[in-house]
Amino acid sequence: MTDLIAIGTRKGLWLARSDDDRRTWALDGPHLLAQEVAAVSIDTRRARPRVLAGIQYGHWGPTVMWSDDLGASWQETDHGAIRFPEDAGAALARVWQLRPDSAARPDVVWAGCEPHSLWRSEDGGATFELVRGLWDHPHRPTWEPGGGGAAIHTVLPDPATDRVVVAMSAGGVYVSEDGGARWEPRNRGIAAGFLPEEPEYGQCVHKVAVDAGNRDRMYAQNHGGVFRTDDGGRKWTSIAGGLPADFGFPIVSSPHTPGTAWVIPLVADMQRVPPDGRLRVHRTRDAGETWTASSSGLPDGSWTSVLRDAFCADEADPTGVYLGTRDGCVYASADEGETFTTVAEHLPDVLTVRAARLP
Amino acid sequence: MTVRVLLPGVLADLAGGRRELDVEPGGATLADLLDTLAGQHPLLGRRIRDEAGQLRRFVNVYVDGDDVRYEQGLATAVHDGAQVHVLPSIAGG
Repeated sequence: MTDLIAIGTRKGLWLARSDDDRRTWALDGPHLLAQEVAAVSIDTRRARPRVLAGIQYGHWGPTVMWSDDLGASWQETDHGAIRFPEDAGAALARVWQLRPDSAARPDVVWAGCEPHSLWRSEDGGATFELVRGLWDHPHRPTWEPGGGGAAIHTVLPDPATDRVVVAMSAGGVYVSEDGGARWEPRNRGIAAGFLPEEPEYGQCVHKVAVDAGNRDRMYAQNHGGVFRTDDGGRKWTSIAGGLPADFGFPIVSSPHTPGTAWVIPLVADMQRVPPDGRLRVHRTRDAGETWTASSSGLPDGSWTSVLRDAFCADEADPTGVYLGTRDGCVYASADEGETFTTVAEHLPDVLTVRAARLP
Repeated sequence: MTVRVLLPGVLADLAGGRRELDVEPGGATLADLLDTLAGQHPLLGRRIRDEAGQLRRFVNVYVDGDDVRYEQGLATAVHDGAQVHVLPSIAGG
């Protein structure tokens, strides 16, 4: 039994392996040295697990690369896995999200990119097609860039239906019920403190996660506010009451246990550090009604932050929880966020973390 | 017409390990030259220009020592025997 963590940083990718049920980790890397890896995924649906990486060569532009031998070799598509069609009048700036679909759709991989665009691959990530339904949405010209860029950073295909949920900064949450042809904004109740009143769309939603037991129940870490919906995004209500602060970037839900989710609060928009310099993971077991902080194995004196994709859960039992910081530390929990061990220190800024138990 | 293209070391692997290439462009402009180069070496072509055909922001191209951004950009003329340097600009962190 092997568990794998893929750690994408501003200057390369590292892989960490555990052969003892996530008690100890061996770090392997750098892979793709000097390349920014802002998106990564571990696709375990294939005969050989595929590590997909959305990379930025710096001077030489962005693309998608993949490895079917756990980093020993890497491939890319000659003409680019993601390339805007000529009539779109756009060029790929960054890959923000790579999301394998369900086991029932084994070759489908989704990508969220900058500029605001959603892409779908039917060949495991070698080539992607622009999802025209969202690209042609009349709202798109009015979506604004968040601080990190004008990107679709969250893609959540529902394994049982044709629903696809995306989130973007700053456009908010959009949902399609037909696999991507038609889209509607679903942001009612999500605050937009940077606007004079709550808009239909344009919120700076940082991350969205779907509850394990109910596809209509979702959680959102917003640019100010943590919210839950119980009706597929049509109405959101605050669940930040039990948290020390409502700002932050990531939110992660349990893949198995309904009502369980984790956040990592930062003080505020204007003070993006953990409260009192204590890096803490807060967990809810009751869909956000109450929260409990985990401190075991996490540092004090930590004046850093965790970016929206640098926090994830695996699908093992009990669930593993993983986070990486902007000061290059990676922590892992094998007990659903009760206690953490240090996997890595002194890496470049961690941009994305994904973990999986290899088949 | 033959144009000599000079590449930085980090791109040589994408051109068969060579840093100097003699290319016969399909036309008389830098765009024609880069189209021909991309046809021969697609990965190299993508490092220099994006899919909309524009030079990447941090890639500088010089024709006979002149930065094409201060000339006619991709419409800059290339002639038989011209030297075209592809260089990374000062950027990053």
